Amino acid sequence: MSLRFILDNRVVEIANVDPTATLLDHLRYRMARTGTKEGCAEGDCGACTVLVGELDAGQQAVRWRAVNACIMFLPMLHGKALLTIESLARDGALNPLQAYMAGNGSSQCGFCTPGFVMSLYGRCIGASGHALPVADVIAGNLCRCTGYGPILEAADAVRLDRDDSELVTMLRNLATPDTVSGEFGDRRWFRPGTAAALAELVAAYPDACLVAGATDVGLWVTKGLRTIATLIFLGDIATLGAIIETDDGLTIGAAVRYADAHDALARLHPDLGELTRRFGGLQVRHAATVGGNIANGSPIGDGPPALIALGTTLTLRSTAGCRTIPLEDYFLGYGKQDRQLGEFVESLHVPRPGSDDVFHVSKLSRRFDSDISAVCGAFRLTVRDGLIVNARIAFGGMAATPKRAAGCEAALIGKPFTQATIVTAAAALRGDYTPLSDVRGSAAYRLEVAASLLMRLWYKTQGEAISVLELAAADD
Amino acid sequence: MTDDCNARPVVSKPSNPHDSACLHVSGTACYVDDVGEPVDLLHLAFGQSSEAHARIVAMDLTAVWAADGVVAVFTAADIQGANDVSPVAGDDRLLTDGEVLCVGQAVFLVAATSQRAARAAARLGRIDYAPLPAYLTIDAARAAASLIEPTQRMARGDAQAAIEAAPHRVADGFDMGGQEHFYLEGQVALATPGEDGQIHLLSSTQHPSEIQHLVALLLCRRSSDITVEVRRMGGAFGGKETQAALFAAAAALVADRTGRPAKFRCDRDDDMIMTGKRHDFRVAYDAGFDDDGRILGLRLRLASRCGATVDLSPAINDRAMFHSDNCYWLPAVEIVSERLKTHTVSATAFRGFGGPQGMLAIERVIDAVAARLGRDPLDVRLANLYGPGRDVTPYGMTVTDNIAPQIIARLRADARYDARRQAVEAFNARHTVLKKGIALTPVKFGISFTTTHLNQAGALVHVYADGSIQINHGGTEMGQGLYTKVAQIVADVFAVPVSQVRITATRTDKVPNTSATAASAGADLNGMAAYNAAMTIRERLTGFLSRSFDRTADEVRFTAAGVRVGAELLGFGDLCRKAYMGRISLSATGYYATPDLAYDRAAHWGRPFYYFAYGAAVAEVAIDTLTGEHKVLAVDIVHDVGRSLNPAIDTGQIEGGFIQGQGWLTTEELVFDAHGRLLTHSPATYKIPTASDRARHFTIAFWDGENVEPTINRSKAVGEPPFMLAISVFSALSQAIAATAPERRSVPPLDAPATPEAILRAIAGHRGA
Repeated sequence: MSLRFILDNRVVEIANVDPTATLLDHLRYRMARTGTKEGCAEGDCGACTVLVGELDAGQQAVRWRAVNACIMFLPMLHGKALLTIESLARDGALNPLQAYMAGNGSSQCGFCTPGFVMSLYGRCIGASGHALPVADVIAGNLCRCTGYGPILEAADAVRLDRDDSELVTMLRNLATPDTVSGEFGDRRWFRPGTAAALAELVAAYPDACLVAGATDVGLWVTKGLRTIATLIFLGDIATLGAIIETDDGLTIGAAVRYADAHDALARLHPDLGELTRRFGGLQVRHAATVGGNIANGSPIGDGPPALIALGTTLTLRSTAGCRTIPLEDYFLGYGKQDRQLGEFVESLHVPRPGSDDVFHVSKLSRRFDSDISAVCGAFRLTVRDGLIVNARIAFGGMAATPKRAAGCEAALIGKPFTQATIVTAAAALRGDYTPLSDVRGSAAYRLEVAASLLMRLWYKTQGEAISVLELAAADD
Repeated sequence: MTDDCNARPVVSKPSNPHDSACLHVSGTACYVDDVGEPVDLLHLAFGQSSEAHARIVAMDLTAVWAADGVVAVFTAADIQGANDVSPVAGDDRLLTDGEVLCVGQAVFLVAATSQRAARAAARLGRIDYAPLPAYLTIDAARAAASLIEPTQRMARGDAQAAIEAAPHRVADGFDMGGQEHFYLEGQVALATPGEDGQIHLLSSTQHPSEIQHLVALLLCRRSSDITVEVRRMGGAFGGKETQAALFAAAAALVADRTGRPAKFRCDRDDDMIMTGKRHDFRVAYDAGFDDDGRILGLRLRLASRCGATVDLSPAINDRAMFHSDNCYWLPAVEIVSERLKTHTVSATAFRGFGGPQGMLAIERVIDAVAARLGRDPLDVRLANLYGPGRDVTPYGMTVTDNIAPQIIARLRADARYDARRQAVEAFNARHTVLKKGIALTPVKFGISFTTTHLNQAGALVHVYADGSIQINHGGTEMGQGLYTKVAQIVADVFAVPVSQVRITATRTDKVPNTSATAASAGADLNGMAAYNAAMTIRERLTGFLSRSFDRTADEVRFTAAGVRVGAELLGFGDLCRKAYMGRISLSATGYYATPDLAYDRAAHWGRPFYYFAYGAAVAEVAIDTLTGEHKVLAVDIVHDVGRSLNPAIDTGQIEGGFIQGQGWLTTEELVFDAHGRLLTHSPATYKIPTASDRARHFTIAFWDGENVEPTINRSKAVGEPPFMLAISVFSALSQAIAATAPERRSVPPLDAPATPEAILRAIAGHRGA
């Protein structure tokens, strides 16, 4: 079956698609659209930023999102619309954003520039994430020349309108049958339309690689040069993309992209909003999913510690049915998860913290934006009448899996919520973890700051300023 | 200059946008990898050494040859000419000749029908190594006396005696890390074989002539057989001065041997592993000073990790010594510079070229002196500045253009340094977890290649009969706006709009024997060469007009309205048509060599620099004493670009240089493992600044002055000097850490980069001091 998407309001059809061909390579070397650049081929620099559009929930408008073309596989584009830097030319003239940037010193060497233009163009036309501060919108775009000032200035200098009415009709007409699939040599790919169809495929191909946003699997291909025999793309299954928000908490479909969960998570607790803001760059959050971040079992994924501290449960599904487990039980060991043959992660339920819960999550990394945690710590203390009646503490970066701090929790539960208790419990973390030294931090550093993060929670409850980011904002 | 050919040139069209700005923002600027690929193109990849130091016992490339898409595999044995891609010393092999000197060194070369096929096949080589002793660190190399050249010494007076006689003394040391260039466009070259053994190369390089010469020797050809072309680079920062040669030479070898065009587009991770970086340094100092913090004697030891080969390390380490005074008079001084040979990738040029390391060393000494005396470091900086009667550098050059005192005074007032320092102290008294710091640091940076013969440039200007102009010069465009500045200069000579000037790609067949575009000297050298070429043509036109209209040369004037001859007014195009018909040559070369340089390297004495560029910055930062996180809150800069050739471009250089320097000193950490493997080989682990790392309050002002030397437009070089303004961030971080134990009379033991872990370590060290 051939793959179809819309580029510049024309349907592009690719027969015999290589399922792990990246959109970037296809644009550059098959379509001669070389404005989109490769800076890293791993989703970290944004030079390959393009906009991908889908019909919104009401089917009346196109919802655009900036993504990294370098780690987007072609089948993920099926049924969608695409804009590249070349799409912005109107009879050879620059649009107002481009014209402003050209005149404002927003480019020096120019290599990163098309990616910045696309990110800012998305912001101008109301793409996903447009309400974020400009620096957050371009946190996934690296520039080595300008120092960013002239780029930041461009963001609010112009207004742009975009008429997608024709495109809306085209996208409706491109409506896709339930499952799209294809073969390429001895490799095959599927794009199921429903969770039931996904369950059937996972049962039929238990060794298949499940791909949602490809922010991880993409690197297996671009850096690991791996050949993947069977891929199942689950990013477009509507039921897996739903968020249900109730008084109890959030139920999040596994294929909900982090960017789409951002607001709901922030409503659950502001610290979750801040954590999400610092989860990759916007392009990564536009691809990476809440479920994928769990399912891949990484010990340094940013989602799991906070979700575990909140008491999240995970639902796995197969053709045999569903089962629900505490999230922490999913992580069995390094690279080993409790996912049986034929199962996939369907959803998670995140309980809402209660009024007597003190919740805090902190991520420590070398750079604030678009970096991976050295340590990520999450704390939920239930405090009644000055007494800690329950404690759930989880860390990433401290063990082979995201892991709860049993000793620390024991040192808190039943104790008065005082500085002395916190100091004692912080010391207990040394018994809970034996972290590794690696490129993101030494074992000693990790142990020290793990304790510091619990102290930070204490200072926060005492009204003390606890983050340099608060100062940066206050000085504005 | 428009109206008077005898006056010093003055450019009257400043602040033009970058000449390629419209192409950049529309994605139509063409980089090497954007050129349409010929159908029979071969793609290349290196098989790399997995060992830091070893002899290759056996190499089995059967699986490489057998891999899908592989057309050819090359080893050193396939090279008939010089197996060398080094700039000076002849010690960088294109493909190893049996001994590997660092992890990632090129061992064999694969040519295949797709990039993926080449990269996949390159991983299939089976190489047996016999390990040899590997020195990976400064300490290990020092213990083994492993050096790339003898330790250098620059001295004046008896430093040791002065230190011992001084009222106060402080001795300590610290480490500073290297830096990955992280140009956004990775290394890339495309070689096309031509007739009769010629090779044309598109290369992303700062030094096309060097690649031309290396490829000629590699292929047993002459330089005239090889043409290297570069229209623009997607960033370079020194990382494409010598490092582009490896990839260009590989492409040329394959093109020559297979008769097919060959492209080497290096993967980002491979690029970070295989190419050189800024030198990391270990500094030790011993300073004697008086009650006011005036340094009376200083002994400074600068040890750098040069890596496996010489590359440009001698000149880079020389520049570290040259900048170990920064703006300060050091009456008795000894600077010792150890250039250690290690089994790591050869360190190379990077914006500042050793200057930042030397300057950071002396600024740390100043901070240490201030801490010992309990003084504001700014007072100590002021007490030590060069001034009348104390104006000779440790290498014997008199500082005749010293404006550091005035720049500092202006910045101190404009940035409200004193009030803000008080506010910082008040904040620190109120807060437990967070601490702030503020610092003002100056920059004095010497302009010229310290290798004197490199200070020359050529240009070629064509004027066509329709009045349009093409310019070409030896400088390369890496985003710094050189082409724009040179175009403005030429446009002004003829009083035509810049749009009438077509800037063409740098090519070795147009301007020969060029120097690298480096040392911030691109506009100084090439701008003047282009000016001279354009003036030659203008003088011919002037002579033609004065003869044709029977007027004196003084009565010919090039104006924006056209060329005036007495009362007549000709359009420039009309004039060119007439001149062509009158058989006047409208093409000329221009040449420039920087005057007045005289430096004796053996003695480290003389005048290596034409002039100095100055600047100063105030940085205010906050740190989190629980986690070691920090944030740069505010930056104010006053910088000296002389009389700017283009204020917009110069501002961009200042801001971009500062943020790059901030990255070097904060988030950018290179980590090698015990086997000599670089662990931070991708942007996932190596973190350059993002937009939010730029301080929200960020001001840049130009110092209002002009170069005392007759440079083009009396401007000053701007590429490198602003990088070192970011030392203010490091010094401010040091102040913030000191605030965790303000009673201590010592500078916190902070190493660069000031990662959260380094800051926490420094806090612990300071509290326990």
